[in-house]
Amino acid sequence: MGKRQIIPFGPQHPVLPEPIHLDLVLEDEKVVEAIPSIGFIHRGLEKLVEKKEFTEYVYVAERICGICSFMHGLGYCQAIESIMEIQVPARAKFLRTIWAELSRIHSHLLWLGLTADAFGFESLFMHTWRLREKILDIFEATTGGRVIFSVCKIGGVRKDIDDAAMMNIIGTLAGMQDEISRFCDVFVEDSSVKHRLVKVGILTEADARELGAVGPMMRASGISQDMRQLGYAAYRELNFAPIVEKDGDSYARTLVRIREIRQSFDLIEQAAAKMPAGAIEEKMKGAPNGEYFARLEQPRGEVIYYVRGNGSKFLDRVRVRTPTFANVPSLLKILQGCDLADVPILILTIDPCISCTER
Amino acid sequence: MALFTIAGEVMKSLFRKPATLMYPTVPRKWQAATRGHIGIDINACIFCGVCSKKCHTHAIVVDRPGKNWQIERLQCIQCSCCVEVCPKKCLTMEQAYTAPSTGSVKDSFHA
Repeated sequence: MGKRQIIPFGPQHPVLPEPIHLDLVLEDEKVVEAIPSIGFIHRGLEKLVEKKEFTEYVYVAERICGICSFMHGLGYCQAIESIMEIQVPARAKFLRTIWAELSRIHSHLLWLGLTADAFGFESLFMHTWRLREKILDIFEATTGGRVIFSVCKIGGVRKDIDDAAMMNIIGTLAGMQDEISRFCDVFVEDSSVKHRLVKVGILTEADARELGAVGPMMRASGISQDMRQLGYAAYRELNFAPIVEKDGDSYARTLVRIREIRQSFDLIEQAAAKMPAGAIEEKMKGAPNGEYFARLEQPRGEVIYYVRGNGSKFLDRVRVRTPTFANVPSLLKILQGCDLADVPILILTIDPCISCTER
Repeated sequence: MALFTIAGEVMKSLFRKPATLMYPTVPRKWQAATRGHIGIDINACIFCGVCSKKCHTHAIVVDRPGKNWQIERLQCIQCSCCVEVCPKKCLTMEQAYTAPSTGSVKDSFHA
């Protein structure tokens, strides 16, 4: 047995988009244990609910994360709508689904780029982010924002996408699919990529269940669970099945995300074809009195929004359980026994979003 | 075959225009819906103060007796709520972003 030593990893590290600190206990080049510490970017957004009216808090909720901002706003709105028993118009539900799936595509493309960057494949990183720009352009054309959209409101959405614009979006996405497939095939087939991912950081199905993994991390370990199956927004009307892989290694997690990009294209096409005409918002009266847990599938996994209202315009409590927080125990598990050189890529395979985690 | 995919893309990139803009030499094209900054036609404004009351971030200050309309640019989140509630439709969402700044940027408009 070699001598044990501790190497600090983060909060500033080239591979980390956001700050998290890990104390890596090493024996020679093998990680024996990883001890995490967070708290570098806590902003107190949950506390802010005491000062902002419940209608205003939508804009705070979507600022929890810069990547899945739309889904944070959506989770909060769904929780309030359930408490107040607001019937959201069908068209608004379909629009929410389309923006949510576009967010999933851009988040997964961002992750693929970061992963390529982490194992040193710079040109692949550049090309995946170039493709992601086209999705951001669609966001800008339909919502006016590239990162923060401000389109989700309690009772529906604030902007509509007319038929001509929707046809344009479908056309743009159809044109992108072939190019995205070609670059995704590089992740799937390239021997140097496989060398860094296959059989690295295996999370067994039993461990995934025991440690409460969520999202692609869980589905790559063979667990077929996707919160979209609950049928929120317009998912009840769409045909899809959770993307599942069996191996539980970093390669399987990459495959899940690549297949989810393709699935999102299909879901957007389905939603555009089935989108009904009609209103995009339901007028709201009164204030929420009661509590609700809303569960959504974000690109990183299941997010839980707990909201408790007291009948006034200021809520008692908002609590967010983010997917990255749920995946940290699984990360610590896969870090045990790995090589020091694989630590960056393993941290990235949970798709960490520390801003969400700390809020 | 992945090697050929990347090699092919590298060859294409050699003869293709850059995917990036030479910012700020080449200005970017704004989308019609881009939320850049709030503009006001001060001559049409009646200083009712509805925009100020509806502003989630308290960025707008309306002085009715002094006929002055003021916005703190860095406090504004471009949610466009003020534009929606303006009774005279004198507020507009302009496409261009405001210039970068290190301090407070207050724009005042006087009728």
